[in-house]
Amino acid sequence: MQKIPTAWLQLKYQKLRLIVALSGVVFAVIIVFMQMGIRDALFDSAVRLHQGLRGDCFIISPSSTSSIAMQAFSQRRLSQASAFDEVEFVSPIYQEFGQWRNPEDRSYWRNLNMLGIDLRQNILNLSGVDENIELLKPSDTVLFDSSAREEFGPIVENFLNNGEVNTEIRNGDSTRKIKVVGLFKLGTSFGFDGNLVMSHLNFLRIVDNREKGFIDIGLIKLKEGVNPDLFRQKLQNYLPKDVKVFTKAEFIDFEKSYWQSSTAIGFIFDLGVFLGIVVGIVVVYQILYTNVADHLPEYATLKAIGYRNNYLLKLVIQQAFLIAVLGYIPGLLISIIQYEVVKKATLLPVFMTFDRAGFVLIATIVMCAIAGATAVKKLQDADPADIF
Amino acid sequence: MKPIISVKNLNHYYGKGNLKKQVLFDINLDIYPGEIVIMTGHSGSGKTTLLSLIGALRSVQDGNLVNCGRELQDTNENGLVDVRRQIGYIFQAHNLLPFLTARQNVQMSIELLDDVLTSEAEERSARMLHKVGLGDHLDYFPQSLSGGQKQRVAIARALVSNPKLILADEPTASLDSATGRKIVNLLQNLTKEQNSAFLLVTHDNRILDIADRIINMDDGRLAKDNQLKTIT
Ligand SMILES: Nc1ncnc2c1ncn2[C@@H]1O[C@H](COP(=O)(O)OP(=O)(O)OP(=O)(O)O)[C@@H](O)[C@H]1O
Ligand SMILES: [Mg+2]
Repeated sequence: MQKIPTAWLQLKYQKLRLIVALSGVVFAVIIVFMQMGIRDALFDSAVRLHQGLRGDCFIISPSSTSSIAMQAFSQRRLSQASAFDEVEFVSPIYQEFGQWRNPEDRSYWRNLNMLGIDLRQNILNLSGVDENIELLKPSDTVLFDSSAREEFGPIVENFLNNGEVNTEIRNGDSTRKIKVVGLFKLGTSFGFDGNLVMSHLNFLRIVDNREKGFIDIGLIKLKEGVNPDLFRQKLQNYLPKDVKVFTKAEFIDFEKSYWQSSTAIGFIFDLGVFLGIVVGIVVVYQILYTNVADHLPEYATLKAIGYRNNYLLKLVIQQAFLIAVLGYIPGLLISIIQYEVVKKATLLPVFMTFDRAGFVLIATIVMCAIAGATAVKKLQDADPADIF
Repeated sequence: MKPIISVKNLNHYYGKGNLKKQVLFDINLDIYPGEIVIMTGHSGSGKTTLLSLIGALRSVQDGNLVNCGRELQDTNENGLVDVRRQIGYIFQAHNLLPFLTARQNVQMSIELLDDVLTSEAEERSARMLHKVGLGDHLDYFPQSLSGGQKQRVAIARALVSNPKLILADEPTASLDSATGRKIVNLLQNLTKEQNSAFLLVTHDNRILDIADRIINMDDGRLAKDNQLKTIT
């Protein structure tokens, strides 16, 4: 027999109350989605450069804590690595902040990230680098990150109109004229508002105070079939302790965990998620509780005519589940729209993932289940002996 | 004939320790199938307490109480629920679920029975509502029914599953006397038609005439039976 859907009918009966409950869930769902979306986008953007490196193992200085605080180390270590049979090639990477002069507003200087690479091995798998790499051979030429913040000036627009952009870069005491000869795409992150790619020779012309033979990242490309984990172990054991060897995955984790644990950023976002869930639990609990409290005589009557406590328990839990699912759906849709807004405003790669949508759905159901489980305690007050 | 309700040496207390207070004293009462029994008595004499004990809504503390062949003093909560399913209750307040229509409220009683088809449940509820005179109010919500109409729905809910025992505690208290009279007559007719035993608590002297037997509760003790009509 198909039973009367009491849980749903009761929810539907008090429309205003249902709307308040759903708004609470929608609100919580949006908060959680936004916090997680922005957090993941920030962490993803922090490692976009790492993702784009065509290497299997990497050498860095043990004093380096993250891509914004790289310490140089001797290139000799990288040469030592190249002696191994397993290695296909090695390539040095130079990285440092430079101050970029806004060509339109010439008094405005802003920090961006400069990457110097060996042009013989094209190690950057970033859109726009491969096709422009030959253009970087002449002196004082750079590729400009087309997703840099607009404070650097209308570089993309000027470049597309004129075919080049001329400005200056300052590093330490020296300032150098440079020319943008192409665009590539990396994007902003916690540390970097914009990026430049250039040959390591041009890099050293700008950074003229750097000790000779010192690099920031040593990239190692392994021959096909070589296990990077085993080779990393082998190389780490072979090299002195003045360098650290990572596989690519470890290198990415190293960067992410810096932002996650060495800064308050991860904590702040987790707190946001937590608060969103707490708000949701409180609202849903409040609604379910008043629903039970307001209907105690009717519930007691149901018990008196022969319904078991389980029936009422199920009723409340079903209501919690209905509220969860009905609140989640609009929450998800609004969040997807919000992601687009945030993406436009911040240039961060915020987008909905299947995993996150699933996680938040489960979190919403758990949230409502907790609220429901707390509210059912009130059912004990529905005593059939009290209603005659 | 075997009684459907058999109460022997029943005592009941409220409170604990120093506050413990006896409200029922050595109650003995048999009720037979098809019999209409009215219980009267002044306020606070223990009528509701006895009714809730007979209805398996309260646990028996001391004495014997047989209801539909079960010894309630030896029955656990689960078993009490089984007994409740065989009884029709009518309360002073109608206690209808506000979010269900008249028919759905009645149907809630049938859904307790196993193996009833949805269509049959709907039909039986509608038929019962016809009997109580609400055939044209099947899809009304309680809030749009009058007090008397709500009490009729409650009666339909109590009687729809053909219980062998019907318990009612001042079902007319919140109704005007004309409406109350109609409700009582309806209850009388339906219980006779279903051959159910009917135990009714009331203060209303004007409705005593429907009783086969009137019993009087006095400070927790049942006074002598007052046989009005002979049981057949
Ligand atoms: N849950 C309870 N806890 C403690 N005492 C109670 C409880 N219910 C009833 N009593 C007391 O038990 C006595 C009998 O109450 P009961 O409700 O059975 O009387 P009644 O005959 O139904 O009265 P009325 O005609 O006013 O409905 C009263 O003194 C009452 O105060
Ligand atoms: Mg009473």
